[in-house]
Amino acid sequence: MSANMFLITRTQGTILCCKCRILMAPNPANMCVTCLRSEVDITEGLRKNVTIVHCPECDSYLKPPRTWLKAQLESKELLTYCVKRLETDLKKVRLVNAEFIWTEPHSKRVKVKLKVQKEVLNGVILEQSYVVEYVQQDQMCESCTRFQANPDQWVASVQLRQRVLHRRTFFYLEQVLLKHDAAAHAIKIKQRDQGIDFFFGNKSHALKFVGFLGEVSPTDKSKRSERLVSHDTKNNTYNYKYTFSVEISPICREDLICLPPRVAVSLGNLGPLVICTKVTNNITLLDPFTLRQCFLDKDQYWRYPFKSLLSSRQLVEYDVFNVEIVSPEYNVDSFKYVIADVEVARVTDYGKLFYVRTHLGHILKPGDRALGYDLYGVNLNDDDVDKYRDFILPEVILMKKSYEEKPHRKRGKPRPWKLKSLNIELDESRGRSNVEKMNVEYEEFLRDLEENPELRFNLSLYHNEDYQPSEMASDGEGVPFVPLEELFADLELTEEEYEEDGMEE
Amino acid sequence: MVIYAGLQFENSCEVGVFSKLTNAYCLVAIGGSENFYSAFESELADVIPVVKTSIAGTRIIGRLCAGNKNGLLVPHNTTDQELQHLRNSLPDQVVVQRIEEKLSALGNCIACNDHVALTHTDLDKETEEIIADVLGVEVFRQTIAGNILVGSYCALSNRGGLVHPHTSIEDLDELSTLLQVPLVAGTINRGSEVIAAGMTVNDWMAFCGSDTTATELSVIESVFKLREAQPTAIVEEMRKSLIDSYV
Repeated sequence: MSANMFLITRTQGTILCCKCRILMAPNPANMCVTCLRSEVDITEGLRKNVTIVHCPECDSYLKPPRTWLKAQLESKELLTYCVKRLETDLKKVRLVNAEFIWTEPHSKRVKVKLKVQKEVLNGVILEQSYVVEYVQQDQMCESCTRFQANPDQWVASVQLRQRVLHRRTFFYLEQVLLKHDAAAHAIKIKQRDQGIDFFFGNKSHALKFVGFLGEVSPTDKSKRSERLVSHDTKNNTYNYKYTFSVEISPICREDLICLPPRVAVSLGNLGPLVICTKVTNNITLLDPFTLRQCFLDKDQYWRYPFKSLLSSRQLVEYDVFNVEIVSPEYNVDSFKYVIADVEVARVTDYGKLFYVRTHLGHILKPGDRALGYDLYGVNLNDDDVDKYRDFILPEVILMKKSYEEKPHRKRGKPRPWKLKSLNIELDESRGRSNVEKMNVEYEEFLRDLEENPELRFNLSLYHNEDYQPSEMASDGEGVPFVPLEELFADLELTEEEYEEDGMEE
Repeated sequence: MVIYAGLQFENSCEVGVFSKLTNAYCLVAIGGSENFYSAFESELADVIPVVKTSIAGTRIIGRLCAGNKNGLLVPHNTTDQELQHLRNSLPDQVVVQRIEEKLSALGNCIACNDHVALTHTDLDKETEEIIADVLGVEVFRQTIAGNILVGSYCALSNRGGLVHPHTSIEDLDELSTLLQVPLVAGTINRGSEVIAAGMTVNDWMAFCGSDTTATELSVIESVFKLREAQPTAIVEEMRKSLIDSYV
């Protein structure tokens, strides 16, 4: 009588299982699950025993015919690998779940429990789990065999050189390589006089590395040489050793350069004396008197390469007595420069005063100490300078302000940050004095990083856990330091933490 | 033996397809070996006639014809010779009638015993009348577990019935009320749902296919009350009560 639909409730009855007589709900086979399982075995045609090949040296498994897959025991990669090996079998059934059953690590057996579903009889889907046992056969993979035969075996090497007397560039490059993980494929890295050698197992790795170097530093076009190692006459295959020679331009930061006339003209008559302010894969040159900045592409540089006049080794300390600002503040490439006339004298020789023009008017105040190139006292041996006939060299070119005055600034001062280092083999043959020199240079490099935020841009600095701030709370204002935001917290995985996680599960 | 299990017609355990058993007669298909026929003959020959026949030239006679002790209905494509043969072999009180019906597999469409019949919902009105007339039954249009082929999914005798295993409890109650016999949902031939194709039954005998499990046999035995239902036993019981009342 009501307008609503009358819905008949249908409760499902129970029937007896046709085999074992227990009450069950009817299903398409009308047999209870146990009887079905005893009747039909869906894992009938599937393999229960498979052999997998394992390399004990590098803990990797063979994916026929040639690839080796690195995987830990009971890892996700190993599970995927094991399931993939059964691919032909698993086409007949549907895989629902797969998991490892623990086996002794040295039993050379890996057990995987697979849960599969298949349609049987008249439409019943039966789910069954079964265990597949993988027998691990040990066989060394090709790269390990080659390595075992001759540990020094490399296929390609990159010889990176820079013809300067310091190793600042290589310290910086080391940090860049660490940040970008570019030397991950290098078998060996060896330090050499005026450079570093990288050894790779694969020519393509070496080529990629050379390309990477070209993007972070002003390298020339690399030269390549090959050496025949072996020749298979039946196959006509040849094994070579390749060597790439890469040279970085000798122009570094804070170098004073006298441009050869050709280059000066091509850059728009840039004053022949320029300072190099930044080196990436371009070289940035700044004329300190006109504040004009120029970029030299690495191709441009290597078309007509030139050397620097004076480098930062030859910086001399000056005391500033008077500063007269001549120009307003200029913004050059996000740096502010102010041209000023200053009265300076060398710290070692107060007798001679110099009145010079400098671009550091924004940071110099009377009483400051600055570092600069002493062109008055230096003996130049450069063809390019002689080519300029009407040119008068300034007596001093100031480069940067010095913070050297603090007496307790000692070598190895603890810093709140630290750097990681690459695994570089040292050149043993050079002797102890070299090591001392390297340490001094490294310390200067770290100080450089502190003072120049733009240098830190491409690197990762890590928080130093062991740092205690020094007792002298006031280190003097203006001393540059690395702000905390720029530091990465170093990732530490300790044993206890890992175990705790396991127990929580 | 009250239940003859383990029957096979040419290696098929679908007994109900190749035979038709009622209280008054039994029809058997013409098969390759005589084993099928001799099974029926050994059990029934002295009680009711066992007739070898074909219908419409086929051997699936159990599914093509429907009948009870009062009559037999055959489809329109039965040949005249077959019809004549049936009329000759069956007892005189059994009326053999050929009906013109679109649904010609009458065995699949009609499930009947001596009092009541369930039919396919789309059966013609005239056919329904003929059924009521010839078989002397009350006709109900029904479905079993949502299936319209009531004749295949239900095996019926005067004492009980076995239906499709997926029949719901409400449906079972409803059908049981209509048919006035106890019904049970079960399977035949190791879980097959097509009950009437797997077995054939009358008031005292049942013939089941070879795949039928012991569980299924016990269900059949209990629902059709076949335990001691020999024809002589029934008569004996009846005689006792008759004598009682007589005195």
